[in-house]
Amino acid sequence: MFARHSDLPLKNDASSRFVPMLVAPMVFLCAVALAGIFILHGLIGRWDRDVAGTLTVEIAAAPGEAQESAERTRASVEQAEQILNAFPGVTNAHALSQDQLVALLAPWLGNPDLLKELPLPALIDVTTNPDHPPDLSLLSEKLARAIPGASLDDHRVWLSRLISLSRSIEWLAIGIVLLITCVTSATVFFATRTGMSIHHEVIEVLHLIGAPDDYIARQFADRAFVLGLKGGVLGFAATVPVMAGIALSARHLQGGFLAELSVPLSGWAVIVLLPPLAALLAMITARLTVHRTLARLP
Amino acid sequence: MRQPTADRANVVQFDNVAVRYGRGPEILQDISFSLPAGSFHFLTGTSGAGKSTLLRLMYLGQRPARGRAALFGRDITTLRHYELPALRRRIGVVFQDFRLLDHLSALDNVALPLRVSGTRESDIRKFVPDLLTWVGLAEHLHARPPTLSGGQKQRVAIARAVIARPELLLADEPTGNVDDQIAMRLMYLFEELNKLGTTVVIATHNENLVSRLPHPQLHLEDGRLRTD
Ligand SMILES: Nc1ncnc2c1ncn2[C@@H]1O[C@H](COP(=O)(O)OP(=O)(O)OP(=O)(O)O)[C@@H](O)[C@H]1O
Ligand SMILES: [Mg+2]
Repeated sequence: MFARHSDLPLKNDASSRFVPMLVAPMVFLCAVALAGIFILHGLIGRWDRDVAGTLTVEIAAAPGEAQESAERTRASVEQAEQILNAFPGVTNAHALSQDQLVALLAPWLGNPDLLKELPLPALIDVTTNPDHPPDLSLLSEKLARAIPGASLDDHRVWLSRLISLSRSIEWLAIGIVLLITCVTSATVFFATRTGMSIHHEVIEVLHLIGAPDDYIARQFADRAFVLGLKGGVLGFAATVPVMAGIALSARHLQGGFLAELSVPLSGWAVIVLLPPLAALLAMITARLTVHRTLARLP
Repeated sequence: MRQPTADRANVVQFDNVAVRYGRGPEILQDISFSLPAGSFHFLTGTSGAGKSTLLRLMYLGQRPARGRAALFGRDITTLRHYELPALRRRIGVVFQDFRLLDHLSALDNVALPLRVSGTRESDIRKFVPDLLTWVGLAEHLHARPPTLSGGQKQRVAIARAVIARPELLLADEPTGNVDDQIAMRLMYLFEELNKLGTTVVIATHNENLVSRLPHPQLHLEDGRLRTD
């Protein structure tokens, strides 16, 4: 592929020498974005598992006389059960009975008879669908609006907000990767166009001699492949120490859910592919560019 | 009555062709002629008469503004873009300004038409030096065109035009920069090719050459063609 014959003096072009210098940072940014995607994806998966399963809704006892308070609380509980059971992603929601509640608290507070006198909060046990978990922030909002004193497990709500934020960031990173792809392609496009106008006389002669468009396009494509690969390897080389640095500092952090800040092996497998992919992108872009330009010749 | 379809036996067939550059006036008008396979013509006319322009039409460097033109029995106005290269490879051209590639040696310049058509390198190494030797450039195989004289460049250009044994050879002032002796040698090369079946058109204002060789003329005057 590299030793193929070339009639065009593309190797000496000053105008294409900058291409690796532009591809390298693109590959670097792309690698960082991809690493981010993989790390986030791992974190989201773990948090998802934490959120999945069951959760608890607490309804504070309504203020007032014991009798009246109990009735109003019960009404709230029934309303909450209705809302919960109708909510997508919730498979089952049922309130713990007074006896269950007392049994739950007895070990800490002792005398069950005394407990019955207290205005206890009601607890609703909620089972969620692990495949389609409910949107907890939305659920929490809905409950709070409909029933004063209702609250969803705080930690879970916070975690689910974090998950949806992470998902947005993940999409943003994917968008950045696509944008980088476009910019890299555009770089090669303009470099190729410049190269073609520098060598238009040679191209015209080849064209008139009867060179098929692809004969000319291939020479630009081969050159672009080499330039793309150079830039890609350079960019990748810059990625490795940066990633290692992040992983190392994350290990010092020791923070519970942030511990796993290193890129998984599958992520590296993709990132390693970036230099050849950049080369391939450059090659295809150059080839298409030349074909498009030559199609306008008589 | 004249058959409107392209005649298979004619390598070139023009009917009422007109040419213009951009939005300019028509440089050539009502050009109608045909070149039978194996014919040999001189294309004459004063400077600026349109000789190079007419050749450019024939090597598909430009499309006619009006009229019908056929090459090798194919209407060139209806050809698809991807069909053109194969047709061009059947045509050898000596450009008036040579159009050699300055960064390539004489050898590589002459090898171009063979490389473009996918000829094996071993064959290229066999044929190209022979031809360059024949046109008197044995000493300059590896020279780059900028280091060659006008006449030497012209011979490289001629070698490039004939190396692939084209069916149609179009030469624009191919003897403009050489002395009469070399001119006759080059004409001899064209005649040899012609005997092998190549259709030849040579644009020139070398009266001496035209009078010494018994070939018919296509004469351009006032943008129109007069055949003798
Ligand atoms: N690229 C061009 N754009 C505009 N006009 C052109 C172009 N090339 C040629 N012409 C015009 O077309 C006319 C014919 O030019 P052409 O080069 O065909 O003449 P010629 O017969 O080959 O002349 P010479 O014997 O000097 O080579 C001239 O008037 C010239 O000015
Ligand atoms: Mg001319």
